[in-house]
Amino acid sequence: MNSLKYLYAAYIATWLIHAVYLGSMVRSYTRLRQQLKELGNGEK
Amino acid sequence: MNSLWSITLATLTKDIRLEWRSKDALNSMLFFSLLVVVIFSFSFDPLAEESRHIVGGLIWVAFLFAAVVALNQTWARELRNQVLDAYRVSPAPPNALFLAKALGNFIFVSVLEALMTPLFVVFYNLRVLGPSWQLLPIVILGTWALVVNGTFFAAMSLRTRSREIMLPLLLFPISIPAVLGMVSGTTAILTGETSARFWIVLLLTYDVVFTTACLALFGLVLHAE
Amino acid sequence: MKRAFPILAVLTAILLSYALYEALMVAPTERTMGDVQRIFYYHVPSAWTAFLLFFTNLVASVVYLIRRNPVADAVAVVTAEVGVVFCTVVLVTGPIWARPVWGIWWTWDVRLTSTLVLWLIYVSYLILRRFSDSAQTPVLAAALAVFGALDVPLVYFSIWFFRTQHPQPVIGGGGSIDPRMLRVLMINWLAFSCFAFLICWSRYRLERLRREVEEAQALESLLGSGDVSTKATVPPNRSRQ
Repeated sequence: MNSLKYLYAAYIATWLIHAVYLGSMVRSYTRLRQQLKELGNGEK
Repeated sequence: MNSLWSITLATLTKDIRLEWRSKDALNSMLFFSLLVVVIFSFSFDPLAEESRHIVGGLIWVAFLFAAVVALNQTWARELRNQVLDAYRVSPAPPNALFLAKALGNFIFVSVLEALMTPLFVVFYNLRVLGPSWQLLPIVILGTWALVVNGTFFAAMSLRTRSREIMLPLLLFPISIPAVLGMVSGTTAILTGETSARFWIVLLLTYDVVFTTACLALFGLVLHAE
Repeated sequence: MKRAFPILAVLTAILLSYALYEALMVAPTERTMGDVQRIFYYHVPSAWTAFLLFFTNLVASVVYLIRRNPVADAVAVVTAEVGVVFCTVVLVTGPIWARPVWGIWWTWDVRLTSTLVLWLIYVSYLILRRFSDSAQTPVLAAALAVFGALDVPLVYFSIWFFRTQHPQPVIGGGGSIDPRMLRVLMINWLAFSCFAFLICWSRYRLERLRREVEEAQALESLLGSGDVSTKATVPPNRSRQ
């Protein structure tokens, strides 16, 4: 039936939102790790 | 308690005197308010039969914008002359400064509202169908609701980037129940269809809660460098 | 402690998959709304989780105001961010549910509208944290959280009364719920709560890392440049997240 597409849209939207947030966390994590490494090397 | 009020009054009268002497802010604010009313009159057809239902909302949105422009320069003078630093080290209670600023803003915004209202009445051919005396508590409580939180958030925004946009960003979400109260109450009185009593009580509760909160927490904000 | 995270992650993934299966296959079809009603199993647990996170933020903020504990501040940031994510899910799934059922996207439903205001308050909280240059940003943010908490009951009551004057459809329905549906709802809530906990844990570790980098940067600017001057060095701007 027609309304099923709304059901799938809602579930997909939920996971999309979570994926975006988790993705941004992963990116921040790698960036900060990189910065920390550079700072560690810079001091030597 | 005595010193709190005397310091508040002293600061308030100083602000009013300075504002009156320069008249810069006052004049530009007045013209801005007039422009807002005119723009709204073009945007929302004043001749429509249903206009009485939406005018309450229009008026308060106009007041809200005027208030934000006024609130944004609340602390400008203090910032320019390092008055805040002096205030931090003085034994004066921070609440006195806050009250003085809030009262000053209240007077200022009330003046703007008093000037904008006749314009709205003229452009929208307003007639009050309900108990018009109830408009007074709504205007007083509503304006105080905007001003008390606005003064507080203006102080919070001092050390932020994009200070001018920070104030409405913080103020608008928190003010939603108050704005709903002001608009619904005003509409109720203008149309005479429902009672505004709930909204007046809501606004009163809002004012009491947030005035207390502002007074309790302003010391923290003042010392935030 | 390090081992616990991946184990919990796997368990949560399994739980979420099971909960999804329950929501789509096992739960009975609602009589009037049909299968679209299954959005309920994602919409409601997300709302409860968001509220729980925001409540934790309030507690952490108050603790911070009283004790100035940096851990409390970190918890406040974490729960605010993750809370906004879950709140966004609520605000997106709500209208998607309302549209096929009521024909309109937004109905000024009390709960959904209150959730919208809560979302706005916490987004402004996050913006304050990001834009504030003061060393006392955590204090200001905590004060804002207190203001938000004071606002919530007022928001709810004002919208509730407004709706009694302008009646409109209620999203999510009131009244009693079929026990089979309740069971599926609870399973999904458990799954999403575990998921939220995992995300908060990760975000907390990220926050610790961010502060570590900040301190290292400050230390380097004090020691690293090498030239001695009589002027006091100014620590660099807070690194943005």
